[in-house]
Amino acid sequence: MKVRRRTGAAAALATTAAVLLAACSSGDASTGSSDSPDGDGPVTLTWWHNGTEDPLNSFWQTVADEFEAANPNVTVEIEAIQNEDVSTRIAVALQSGDAPSLFQQWGGGEMAQQAEAGHLMDLTGLVDDELAAIGGTAAPWSVDGTYYGLPFQFGIEGIWYRPSLFEQAGITEEPSTMDDLYAAVDKLKAAGVTPIAVGAADQWPAAHWWFNFALRSCTLDTINEAGANGDFSDPCFVTAGEKVEELLAAEPFQEGFAGTSAQQGASSSAGLVATGNAAMELMGHWNVFVMTGLVDDPDALTADLDWFPFPEVEGAGDPTAAMGGGDGFSCYVDAPTACVDLLKYILSEDVQTRFAEIVGGVPVIPAAAAGVSQPTTQEQIEVASDAAYVQLWMDIGFGPNVGGALNDTVEAMFSGQASAADIPAAMQAAADNG
Amino acid sequence: MTMTETPGRAAAFVDGSHEPSTKAAPARRAQTARKWLEIGVFVAPALLLFIIFVLVPVARAGYYSLYNWNGIEELTKFIGLDNYTRALTDDDFLRALRNNLFFVVGSIAVQLPIALGVALLMNRRMRGRGAFRLLIFVPYVLSEVIAGVMFTLMLQPHGLVDWALSPVYGLLQTLGVDSPRPLWLADTDVVLWTLLLVISWKYIGFAIILFLAGLQGINPELEEAAAIDGASWWQIQRRITIPLLGPTIRIWAFVSVIGSLQLFDMVKVMTNGGPAGSSHTMATYMIQQGFERSQFGYGSAVAVILFAISFVAALVYIRFVLRSDNTSSDDREA
Repeated sequence: MKVRRRTGAAAALATTAAVLLAACSSGDASTGSSDSPDGDGPVTLTWWHNGTEDPLNSFWQTVADEFEAANPNVTVEIEAIQNEDVSTRIAVALQSGDAPSLFQQWGGGEMAQQAEAGHLMDLTGLVDDELAAIGGTAAPWSVDGTYYGLPFQFGIEGIWYRPSLFEQAGITEEPSTMDDLYAAVDKLKAAGVTPIAVGAADQWPAAHWWFNFALRSCTLDTINEAGANGDFSDPCFVTAGEKVEELLAAEPFQEGFAGTSAQQGASSSAGLVATGNAAMELMGHWNVFVMTGLVDDPDALTADLDWFPFPEVEGAGDPTAAMGGGDGFSCYVDAPTACVDLLKYILSEDVQTRFAEIVGGVPVIPAAAAGVSQPTTQEQIEVASDAAYVQLWMDIGFGPNVGGALNDTVEAMFSGQASAADIPAAMQAAADNG
Repeated sequence: MTMTETPGRAAAFVDGSHEPSTKAAPARRAQTARKWLEIGVFVAPALLLFIIFVLVPVARAGYYSLYNWNGIEELTKFIGLDNYTRALTDDDFLRALRNNLFFVVGSIAVQLPIALGVALLMNRRMRGRGAFRLLIFVPYVLSEVIAGVMFTLMLQPHGLVDWALSPVYGLLQTLGVDSPRPLWLADTDVVLWTLLLVISWKYIGFAIILFLAGLQGINPELEEAAAIDGASWWQIQRRITIPLLGPTIRIWAFVSVIGSLQLFDMVKVMTNGGPAGSSHTMATYMIQQGFERSQFGYGSAVAVILFAISFVAALVYIRFVLRSDNTSSDDREA
């Protein structure tokens, strides 16, 4: 059994349970300096991002160094935070009033909560040029038309596949409708290949199937209004679940998918596709980098890896609409104004181009698209620009509470423990409790 | 504690350089004050840490649990005990609670007989005893996360475990079992048993080492005397060794129960509560609801419930099971 300490049983419990939830104001968040923000006095900016790994980690350091060189009175202190801890660390830092100046921001419901609590800097009028350049993909970083952050990367998701396995199964064209996809699934099965991998143990990869079905079953207005009003009674949300049920009935996924993680090791869903043990995976723009990190010969993999947009599904939603998301930054409400300058520098064409070249990211400034060398990324940028609209990941868009309930229930459906109607019901219950 | 038990000695030390006082009462008062000052100096740092890092967080969790709070906004939405009624009527929380109880009972049922048997067998002179003990203790020393990741990989379909068990599956198939290979981590009916086995593997070394230490404390003359009287090895174990090992077993069971109630890291790493929430424990449920869903008020209520359950379990166990052990030597002498 889990045995740590004998005498400290109650104490250990109190600390694990209560400290974590209550008093964890980690005191290492040195805030922006209290000096006058506009003067030439020394200014310290703290910057929290999720780039714990290279090349992103050293790229952000380079950007900070360049910014310091151009602004001699500014010192930038970077802290890279493990991706899964970012939201919690930032929530606690914001609550304590001792928050970083510039920090990771995914937009959507979570950002809206931070903005409503008055923790975020209103960027209205400060970043007009950048907003004009980025265009519609900046929308998830706004609340009722007011911008509280900006994305530096935005990509859409679709289905990644191995052309060699398609060839082996006799599939000649990328599936463009769900019927095509089901036909491809049958052919792959007949050829003894696992058609689709899904990392359902991480919940969100399973939920992304529902997101895409909901995107095609519901109009944009329905989705936006449901999120804004916390009302998920529209029947299109049940329809989306029924489409997931159809998908599950075709049994396209690998054996034991409920216990498969998305990104860790060769047995993860990304690993199964990367090692040729499964043909397809529905995943975001980052997947190529996850997969190449899991194999010995990344070049051989990228030569045999392609991408197609999510197949058309009949419904009220626009058939060209795409599901996507991105990464951005917000400034803390009391941060020095240099924070906005740093944000603008990050979104400069020069930095964005290098972000695409060096990190392999998907830039949000169109002029920086020249830096993109990965063919699949180029294809995604094209599809995104042709899309009628790009919907933010629904778990992020609806916020952590409703989004978490959504992910949970879709995952339960993958395990045969929930029905199509349970999904909007769980979201409704979460919205009512929030 | 030692201070209160030896006031005489402490006082003698303190007053050593003084003339014997004729005014007895003020001197005794001074002594008492001195004594309390010393207690204060020694206890204060630990007490301060305990208050800051244990009592205050518990109190604050209790306070937060009365609010509907997303962790970011101001604490304004006071909802009384709603979070508690929500938790206690929530199917997922009640299932997590049942899972904890499954681990409480399961880990004792699995580990006690095996650990006791191994400890009894190893409590004799034999070649390589040190090496055996080391091997048995290795899983316990291993970090939970490493062990969890390791087993997650081994338990994948067609993974190492399935490969090792393939003869068993083959046998079962010839006996007419349809699909004998379980989905260790992906089947809602199997996953708890899988976790129980992994957890038992992880922590059984602790039980064995504890039992071996307990066995060292048993006077060998008792066993020799029994042997001379003609008792068999089995009789000696049953009638003498195991009863004398009772206090050790009871303490181990206590630690095991508390550990099972707080079980978190192995579940978090191996299943994250899934599939379909079927393997959540109270702790993983609390983290999921509190942190991942930004329901800090509700998560705090779950934390308080978890704290209350563990606290009551500890008190009851100490009061009724460990009582005879705690009141041992002193009372008997008196």
